[in-house]
Amino acid sequence: MSLAEPAALPVAASAPPRLNVLKRFSHRFKASLPAYLLLLPSLVFLALFTYGAMGRVIIDALYQRATPKAPVRFVGLENIHAVLADPAFTGAVVNNLIYAIGTAVPSIALALLFALALARTNAVTSALRAALFLPVLIPMVAASALFLFIFLPNVGLLDYYIGRLLPVLPNWLGDPDIALYAIMVITIWKNAGYYMLFFLAGLQSVSEDVMEAAHLDGAGPWQRFRHITLPELKPTFLFVIVIATLNAVTQVDHVFVMTKGGPSNATNLVLFYVYQQAVEHYDVGKASAATLLTLAALMGLTALSFRTMANREGGP
Amino acid sequence: MKLIDALWKDAPLATRREITPKLGFLLTALLALVWLIPFLWMGVATLRPASDGINLMAELMPSLKPTLDNIRDAWEIGDFPRYFLNTTIICTGILLVQFVTITLAGFAFARLDFAGKTLIFYLFLMQLMLVPVLLIVPNLRIVAQFGLYDTLAGVMMPFFASAFGTFLMRQAFEAIPTELEDAALIDGASLFQRIRHIYVPLSLPSFSAFAIISVTSHWNDFLWPLMVINSPDKRPLTVGLSVFTATAEGTQAWGTIAAGTLMVIAPLLITFLIFQKRFISSFVTSGIK
Repeated sequence: MSLAEPAALPVAASAPPRLNVLKRFSHRFKASLPAYLLLLPSLVFLALFTYGAMGRVIIDALYQRATPKAPVRFVGLENIHAVLADPAFTGAVVNNLIYAIGTAVPSIALALLFALALARTNAVTSALRAALFLPVLIPMVAASALFLFIFLPNVGLLDYYIGRLLPVLPNWLGDPDIALYAIMVITIWKNAGYYMLFFLAGLQSVSEDVMEAAHLDGAGPWQRFRHITLPELKPTFLFVIVIATLNAVTQVDHVFVMTKGGPSNATNLVLFYVYQQAVEHYDVGKASAATLLTLAALMGLTALSFRTMANREGGP
Repeated sequence: MKLIDALWKDAPLATRREITPKLGFLLTALLALVWLIPFLWMGVATLRPASDGINLMAELMPSLKPTLDNIRDAWEIGDFPRYFLNTTIICTGILLVQFVTITLAGFAFARLDFAGKTLIFYLFLMQLMLVPVLLIVPNLRIVAQFGLYDTLAGVMMPFFASAFGTFLMRQAFEAIPTELEDAALIDGASLFQRIRHIYVPLSLPSFSAFAIISVTSHWNDFLWPLMVINSPDKRPLTVGLSVFTATAEGTQAWGTIAAGTLMVIAPLLITFLIFQKRFISSFVTSGIK
């Protein structure tokens, strides 16, 4: 650290200690100045769009306007109460929970299968990895355009090919009991290849020596997988679960393009609800309250998952 | 970058012998084909003549009389060149500013000692937790206050600072031996000269990894530009495609929708197929989109 190392301070024995502290402080600040200047451009934008936005959400959640032009009025927790009492919001939360679990579990399971099967690199596995990874690259909007046709009643791809096997053809996106599961398929299709990459990377840390030793000790393939590979993949699981949870709350583009939250709110997700409140109903207060609740839930969930995983680490 | 190199080597011998039973491989291969079906349909439907009628629209066997009519129609109905231009401007603008901000901040974290370093580091970390897409409502209000509603600059602005990019560059800069910088210091190089001539050139792989992640994610952004942009001529590809799809869906013009979708995703797909390795390793490095 030859840079920015503050020069030793000549300490005068007779100087009052207070001045010394001030002097030291100003010296330290001066030495830090180049770093602050380098950080400034980033901090300006972070201040505006991360901390500023966070503060804004909290403030906006406490205020309300009757109409877009009316002056704001302090309402305290009224917006939060209103959101919690809104069946559209609670419905969206339930949908989002089903959606999160129903997309995370299958896509993580598939990702693990893909990674295990494609751990070895050759021309064939490379091609298969690429095929599974392609959906990750395309916009959710484009995926939605393709799946709109796949789910199209009667003439769509799904009905055309498997419809003949079913006695009654469901209206995949039009039936409130099915629509949420239909859009979940898109998410699984889009994310499994992404999570696969992390499992592929995680598999690299499995120790060959330990594997050999277990093999010599007579452990079967399942035992080795269960007692060596899986524990090694724990950090990967934690990471992927957090990412999958975040994705379940932030990926809603397909809801916009395919269902607009319908039929009868069956596919309404929390972020889409926020959008509806803000853009369609001009209700910034309610939108902010919903955002705040979502952020709080997400942060709690993230903290919880880290703690659970950390606790398990020490356990058997 | 060790992790990434490892991805392109075989898994440890023992692992590869034990955990890839043939059944699992066959299932994966089968699913990989299923995964490709939407792309396959897109290609086949794009080239299918309208005379085949709606009943054959789902047929995955390509038509024997392929036509470019759908592409021409999509080109005429949607303003795709304009959308392309807008998306390119947005992605390039974000990336250029990000390069500056993450280089400077990454260097400060990697090489400088300063008061409050840990605190500021945590301030950066917060951005990883507070995903921008969740903060769209307050961010829209902030952008509007700057008078940037309905501008491409407004779409770009919230992404100018990147905590992920800063941490990536910090890691890259830390790996560079300090001796190189000391030598330059003796030669009288200024701080910026040292960054520009030593740190930046030696960190190009990290810059390219970041560029791939940044461009891919902003190329695909939908919700945020949808909220900021009002004028049709400022729409990026994703918003343009959603409007285009909604219009064509009403007329059951599925061949045209397939063609429009193909046009939107072709650039990224082609780039990926050429630089496959690089893409995949960048995505592994990132973890966070």
